[in-house]
Amino acid sequence: MATAPTKRITDIGPPHYAQFLPPVIKRNYGTWAYHESVAPGVLCHVGASGERLYTVRAGSPRLLSVQTIRVFAELADRYAGGYLRFTSRNNVEFLLENAENIAPLKAALFAAGFPVGGTNNAISNVVHAQGWVHCHSAATDASGLVKCVMDALYDQFTAEKLPGKLRVAVACCLNMCGAVHCSDIAILGIHRRPPTIQHDLLRKICGVPTLISSCPTGAIRSATVDGQPSVSVVEAQCMYCGNCYTVCPAMPLADPENDGLSIWVGGKVSNARAEPRFSKLAIPFIPNNPPRWPEVVAAVVNIVDVYARHARKYERMGEWIDRVGWPRFFELTGIAFTRDHIDDFKHAGLTYARSTHLRY
Amino acid sequence: MADAPRKTEQLDELEKGPWPSFVTEMKKAAATGPVGDDLLGQLEVSYEEKRTHWKHGGIVGVRGYGGGVIGRYSDLAEQFPRVANFHTMRVAQPAGWFYTSTALRTLCDIWERHGSGLTNMHGSTGDIIFLGTTTDELEPTFKELTEAGFDLGGSGSDMRTPSCCVGQARCEWACYDTMATCDDLTRTYQDELHRPAFPYKFKIKCSGCPNDCVASIARSDLAIIGTWKDAIQQDDAAVAAYAAGGLNIQQDVCDRCPTRCMGWDGTRLTISNRECARCMHCINVMPKALRPGKDKGAVILLGGKAPIVQGALLCSVLIPFVPAGELLETVKELTARIWEFWGEDGMNRERIGEMIQRVGLANFLDAIGLDPAPEMVSAPRDNPYIFFQATEPEPAGG
Repeated sequence: MATAPTKRITDIGPPHYAQFLPPVIKRNYGTWAYHESVAPGVLCHVGASGERLYTVRAGSPRLLSVQTIRVFAELADRYAGGYLRFTSRNNVEFLLENAENIAPLKAALFAAGFPVGGTNNAISNVVHAQGWVHCHSAATDASGLVKCVMDALYDQFTAEKLPGKLRVAVACCLNMCGAVHCSDIAILGIHRRPPTIQHDLLRKICGVPTLISSCPTGAIRSATVDGQPSVSVVEAQCMYCGNCYTVCPAMPLADPENDGLSIWVGGKVSNARAEPRFSKLAIPFIPNNPPRWPEVVAAVVNIVDVYARHARKYERMGEWIDRVGWPRFFELTGIAFTRDHIDDFKHAGLTYARSTHLRY
Repeated sequence: MADAPRKTEQLDELEKGPWPSFVTEMKKAAATGPVGDDLLGQLEVSYEEKRTHWKHGGIVGVRGYGGGVIGRYSDLAEQFPRVANFHTMRVAQPAGWFYTSTALRTLCDIWERHGSGLTNMHGSTGDIIFLGTTTDELEPTFKELTEAGFDLGGSGSDMRTPSCCVGQARCEWACYDTMATCDDLTRTYQDELHRPAFPYKFKIKCSGCPNDCVASIARSDLAIIGTWKDAIQQDDAAVAAYAAGGLNIQQDVCDRCPTRCMGWDGTRLTISNRECARCMHCINVMPKALRPGKDKGAVILLGGKAPIVQGALLCSVLIPFVPAGELLETVKELTARIWEFWGEDGMNRERIGEMIQRVGLANFLDAIGLDPAPEMVSAPRDNPYIFFQATEPEPAGG
């Protein structure tokens, strides 16, 4: 008889976090009293016990090779007792007990190409999607856009000089893996042409009823093509969401000349002061211009500059625009207001100006 | 035969400038990994042609799981054979994204043996992303991961890997233990996480306070956001120290308060806590002087999502306050009722938020057995088209 196979391990879930917590955190878990900002990218949390924990935050490109992760591990060993974490915005944070290690760790991070910053009223790292690096529905590349935008905003990451927090996000299509819908500035890849229907492939790999029901505007209709069941698209009804392509690979809508970027502003998720809210359309379309997307970078830098000059202390982008009004936003940024800015989907009427509260 | 390194003129432009470069990361992995420069080569073509060259489709995974692996295929397989199939593995992250250097090295070693050596730390939902391997390597990678104490996360129409903010591990504002809650929920729902059986995806995120550092209100179906019921804890001496240090308390604290519940007479800060909306602004500005109250718990909100299919939604309030000690039990009981109704009546690819839009919040509350509360709406209805429900007549003389 063959020996019994070793039992296959499944459904164990992630490792329990407790084994990854530095001793100073274990000792002060749940009893932190307050925190101080030591420098951009450096926080000090003080426990009720009086113990101090120093956090050094560095930006990363999110797409990391194992070689670079090992560099982070090495820095953690050298300066932070081997303990580190990542943030919800793709930063890496080293957790230090010894304040004397802050300066050499910062120096080592900068030397390795990873800027320290992203705290308080700085521009933190960009939350973003996968893009051409690894996604089938991307209308643009996320990592490239993030790189170009953050090259231009680098000094806003390493210093805390904005009126309030400013969160930037990039998503490559309307699926919004980059959660751009509630960001201060969002760059969103968009398609602008209806899907092309590959009837031969469709019939082999797609279910027509599922495909029809995938369309949020009812633009996909059943059709007979060459005597076989297939679909047609009412092009005037298509708003290029790509949901049909996600359920049926025979409906591609990538189009190099018509795909591109849109820019959205004024969203937030925090409840601090104003309520959480969606980002609103600032620029409906900018063509894809890789590898450096200069038009997108210029547009983002312009919006950041105008916000930095005009917002009051602690006002987020959307709160500033609330105060001055959208006409002033378009005037100050020099962005053209067009018919594309006026909503025509569900609840569009709620976005019409329904008062005479106008600023002249 | 030794090939010359592939020319990547477009991508090379993205190694310029001060921000760390993902192209540099790809080149590091290409130098030693099994994929070589095929991934760089395909991406260079995408940059030249301004279009993606990935296809989706084809169910791949590890035995017994329906989620955790995203099948990805190149449409330039002949040109770039080493990325012909290049699947993503989602590895569930430890709560709070804490690691030791040893744990990270373990993950690196596994992924170097079995995949591209490229990762995302982390994906948008929170998982560790192993970016690119072949179908044959999925099972061996999974075996090594589980032996090292790791497991796959969610994908497809299943429970997605929950995520949480740093919570009580390093934040004085956390009103409940987000990491313990997130970890417990992740373990409790392993079956739902690994075996898709829902109408569509379901995400849970745990934020310790209304600052919502994991964007739960926008990015999850069920958001658990910490808050408190009693008065803000106030240290008058520390308030005075902030004022003495140059903080303009009237302008930067009181005038920014959304409910104008604070007063400052030049020496003393007064807070009308009954009017406080628990927004966190004053606490954020003066962390040494003000802290959340002592009667802590969380708001449970439901229905957030990105635009696909019927439009983006933010979560809305479902239970205005659950004491911290009752949170896990309440979430589990509530989730069971929500999933039962959604599983029964939800349409294919319909998120819970979209379903509530379709059936109406009042009908949804009936279905899951919750009483309506004024905290659930920003305002009562302003249209008079009320679908009155037939009621039993009041007993005579009652």
